[in-house]
Amino acid sequence: MKKVQTRLTLPHEIEVKQQIDYKKIGIKILLYLPLLIWTVVTIYPFWYMVVLSTRSLAEIFAFPPPMWFGRALAENYRILLDRLPFWRNVWNSVYIAVMATITTLFFCSVGGYGFAVYEFRGKKLMFNIMLATMMIPALLGIIPFFIMMSYFGWINTPRALYIPGAASAYGIYLMRQYITSSVPLALVDAARIDGCSEFAIYRRIVLPIIKPGLGALGIITFLGSWDNFMGALVILRERMTYTIPVALRSFQGQAQTDYGAIMVGASIAVIPLVIVFLFMSKQLIAGLTYGAIKG
Amino acid sequence: MTELTMKNRLRRCYNRMIPYFFVSPFFAFFLVFGAFPIFFALYLSFHSWNGIATSPMVYIGWENYTYTLTDPMFWQALKNTVVMAIVSGVPQHILGLFFAFILNLGFVRLKNFFKATLFLPYITSTVAVSMVFAIFYGYPFGFANYLAVSLDKIPFFHAIFSLFNLEIPLKWLASPPLMIPTISTQIIWRWTGWNTILYLAGLQTIPQELYEAARVDGAKWHQVFFKITLPSLRPVMQFAITMSVIGGLQIFNEPFIMVGKNGGTGRAAYTLAMYLYQTGFEWGYFGGAAAISYIVFVLIFIASMISRRVLRSDEGVS
Repeated sequence: MKKVQTRLTLPHEIEVKQQIDYKKIGIKILLYLPLLIWTVVTIYPFWYMVVLSTRSLAEIFAFPPPMWFGRALAENYRILLDRLPFWRNVWNSVYIAVMATITTLFFCSVGGYGFAVYEFRGKKLMFNIMLATMMIPALLGIIPFFIMMSYFGWINTPRALYIPGAASAYGIYLMRQYITSSVPLALVDAARIDGCSEFAIYRRIVLPIIKPGLGALGIITFLGSWDNFMGALVILRERMTYTIPVALRSFQGQAQTDYGAIMVGASIAVIPLVIVFLFMSKQLIAGLTYGAIKG
Repeated sequence: MTELTMKNRLRRCYNRMIPYFFVSPFFAFFLVFGAFPIFFALYLSFHSWNGIATSPMVYIGWENYTYTLTDPMFWQALKNTVVMAIVSGVPQHILGLFFAFILNLGFVRLKNFFKATLFLPYITSTVAVSMVFAIFYGYPFGFANYLAVSLDKIPFFHAIFSLFNLEIPLKWLASPPLMIPTISTQIIWRWTGWNTILYLAGLQTIPQELYEAARVDGAKWHQVFFKITLPSLRPVMQFAITMSVIGGLQIFNEPFIMVGKNGGTGRAAYTLAMYLYQTGFEWGYFGGAAAISYIVFVLIFIASMISRRVLRSDEGVS
């Protein structure tokens, strides 16, 4: 009996034994239970958010709290649009996130290509400097970032929120790793012998191969930009220029916080991401763990 | 003839420049948006300045630093931040490791479903979710209080609640001892899945031969765990834990949204990032804020060095 117990923890063991063993089934259930509980914990806030978005303020403050949909969605939506130029705010978020993604993909793939396929003097030093800059915490830059943006006259402009981060060290590092492991140097050499220019090699040969890597970096960038609150809070001072997080938070300060309307806004901010995620969770997870594990 | 060699030379020179052309955008961006601002902040931290371009910067030496380091609010923010980083950070990794182990067992079905749902919180907007959590923990109407009140009706839980002197319904976000744990639940909710995925990827890189060899040698399960699994996970743990230390010391969104810019009752959830934000953007002491950012930088640097040192991966399995 004891021997069975020692084997249970070894993954491949469990698959090998075929006969019914009730103790083993019990342990299986015990192992599934925490997973199922955490799944509920994970999904519940999304559920709660959508439920509250369909409830009036009185219903939200009621006890017991609402657990199923109500009828106030249209009313909450109207309040949201009354108080905020909300679709304008959504557009700002989308615009900034898309521009951040495009610029980041371009500059990071170019940089990653440079570090992956060439040997040149000072390469190691330059690469190490780049890696070292990743250690600088974002918080250190927030004051000078604001001052600089005000000197440039970029306060209240979207470009303040996507240009400074366009050539991120993290992105270049990720792209270099990806190119090194997926693009054979022989292919680059062959193209060169065929008379392909260096930029054409990057554009015509390397870019198509690294599409999955670009996809992952693109999603990471998009999500990061969508969630960028402090930067947007500091730069965007006009209602019309707010991104969704800043717009939602501007709701808070008002005399009566209208939770139903906030939940409509929050749902609009989150649900599209959830839907996109459900379609590409596999690629996204693979991309996100790529840098961490293989690095 | 000379023209040809000239052309060749130009060509060679051009070829040699190509790699630099590809890697230079990073350095250009870094100089403009990274290095220069950081040095400027250092310069600024020795001056008194209100952030208005036309008003002069006055050199005041170390005063910003001495002021910050003697400001009780700074110490409170530091204490809160460290406590919040620990309270939110430790469970993330314990739960993450736990779920990764379960998911790595051969028999678990629906692996991709679990991976995706576990990971879901990571892709949200922290501000939107903080607002949901703020309502969830609302006093007295939130769902958390509904659970607390329901549990309180059961004698066993009632005894526990009265043992800890808890008044039901609870002021989750307004009574100082509860605020940090409450806010931390959201951070744990968001990052547990991320850590699970990292640890799972780490577990999958451990060669099966190691386990087989251990089994042949008759190793007990705890020996396998402590001698093979954990040491092999060290590099991943080093990365994951260092990331949470760095992130934990910069917590801003969650407390800022859930309890407000002043950190709530008695500033019990006031973090360093909030202190930095208020000093600069609300009170207009840009020099002081720059000094705070350097102090925070040093703290983060020391903390990440310690976590790297503690989790050094050079003694992994050979």
